[in-house]
Amino acid sequence: MLLIQCPYCGERPESEFAYGGEAHIARPLRPAELDDQQWATFLYMRRNTKGVHAERWRHARGCNRFFNALRDTTTDKFLAFYKAGEQPPALNPIPGATR
Amino acid sequence: MQRFSAFSVFRRGLSDHQGWRPQWRRAAPKASYDAVIVGGGGHGLGAAFYLAKEHGLTNIAVVEKGWIGGGNTGRNTTIIRSNYLFDESAALYDHSVKLWEDLSQVLNYNVMFSPRGVMMLAHNVHDVQVFKRHVHANRCNGVDNEWLTPEQAKEFCPPLNIGQDIRYPIMGAALQRRGGTARHDAVAWGYARAADALGVDIIENCEVTGFLKDAHGAIEGLQTSRGVIRTKKVGVSAAGNTSAVLGLAGVALPLESYPLQALVSEPVKPAFPCVVMSNTIHAYISQSDKGELVIGAGTDAYTSYTQRGGLHINTHTLDAICELFPMFRRMQMLRNWGGIVDVTPDRSPIIAKTPVPGLYVNCGWGTGGFKATPGSANVFAWTIARDEPHPINAPFNIERFRDGFLIDEAAAAAVAH
Repeated sequence: MLLIQCPYCGERPESEFAYGGEAHIARPLRPAELDDQQWATFLYMRRNTKGVHAERWRHARGCNRFFNALRDTTTDKFLAFYKAGEQPPALNPIPGATR
Repeated sequence: MQRFSAFSVFRRGLSDHQGWRPQWRRAAPKASYDAVIVGGGGHGLGAAFYLAKEHGLTNIAVVEKGWIGGGNTGRNTTIIRSNYLFDESAALYDHSVKLWEDLSQVLNYNVMFSPRGVMMLAHNVHDVQVFKRHVHANRCNGVDNEWLTPEQAKEFCPPLNIGQDIRYPIMGAALQRRGGTARHDAVAWGYARAADALGVDIIENCEVTGFLKDAHGAIEGLQTSRGVIRTKKVGVSAAGNTSAVLGLAGVALPLESYPLQALVSEPVKPAFPCVVMSNTIHAYISQSDKGELVIGAGTDAYTSYTQRGGLHINTHTLDAICELFPMFRRMQMLRNWGGIVDVTPDRSPIIAKTPVPGLYVNCGWGTGGFKATPGSANVFAWTIARDEPHPINAPFNIERFRDGFLIDEAAAAAVAH
């Protein structure tokens, strides 16, 4: 089970959280102007990163707030936690991890 | 190829079983092939076998970064069924079940296909309605599936607890009698041996590191950890690592890779006659011929490439197993492990041409790829050989996500399946 650092509540076990998928995917401001490919990209395309992945978590059985995390998907180690709306923190190069 | 038979086993026995040779060659990559399959799991090895057997392409290779059958082929819970809701899925999965039925004879390799019946439990009114709908849809498609009352379910699977005092009492079940299990390793080995006999090179410890393209962007070859391999056709069958492999060719697909775990108990005498699945309380179980209970559940919550997951997923599954089958409450679990499954938005696979000429992909099988191994490999081989999809896999293209023609088994099953 992962240990996850909620920016509001501190470190808690994974069972308190819901996974929210890839972070920083902005909903198009004018959906009607998108063509089918752009809409499909927004809906379905994900980076599926093998390496450092920016992702959303929600403290579902706690404060119920969304926040973001950087996690290396090849080790499941968390590298950073930050609030929703913030940009991911710059990381020192991580040996073996690719962005 | 040394053919296997009762007579050959007897004859080798007379010489203390000393005369057996390796079942396939340890091939080194040649400079060029007519086609190369990336990924030496059941789907990839099967595709190579059908390319050689049905399409006459014998100058081909399977490249595998580790050892064959070491990915999800060797990590799944071996359940085989075809009771999917939509016409497209029923055609694809039933094509596979039909190939399973005589696969041991076709490969001259005992894959231990055992159609012992797959029973899916309904625990609430929604389940009952959905499963009855599945039963009717399956029958329209010529796929066997029948509705059982709780009493009939217990008759089919005596260890089942149909009492009303459990958290999610059983309200009925859908039974596909043609479903069952097979020996997962034997599927990889059987396909490898049969493909090798037809001239296919099986190259292990050979990781793809890049794609070579010609001036028009078409595939010209592969860069691998064991050198450059020239080929005009590449079929990628890399399961959880498909995004990473296709990323090297500049192709992005709507996939996410999740850990899926399974576990086995200590081996015991035959005690469990069939396969039982419960989507609602997240558990499925069967007993292997070795005697172990083989148990699986849903994926972990997050994407990952680690081939492991959280223990709480397994304990949650065992809670359900113990409630459904109280006689297993004191069983010891021996091993648990994870595999990485590539999941599409509609939980149906992609078996298709890609935007890159000469590059084909078979992926997105999510949590249910093993059952489809022969059928998937068969139509993937067709797609590679003819540069066009077989009618069965034509709907499982990449464009369906753009064009809105999802084959939404995710909605149909309401869970990973």
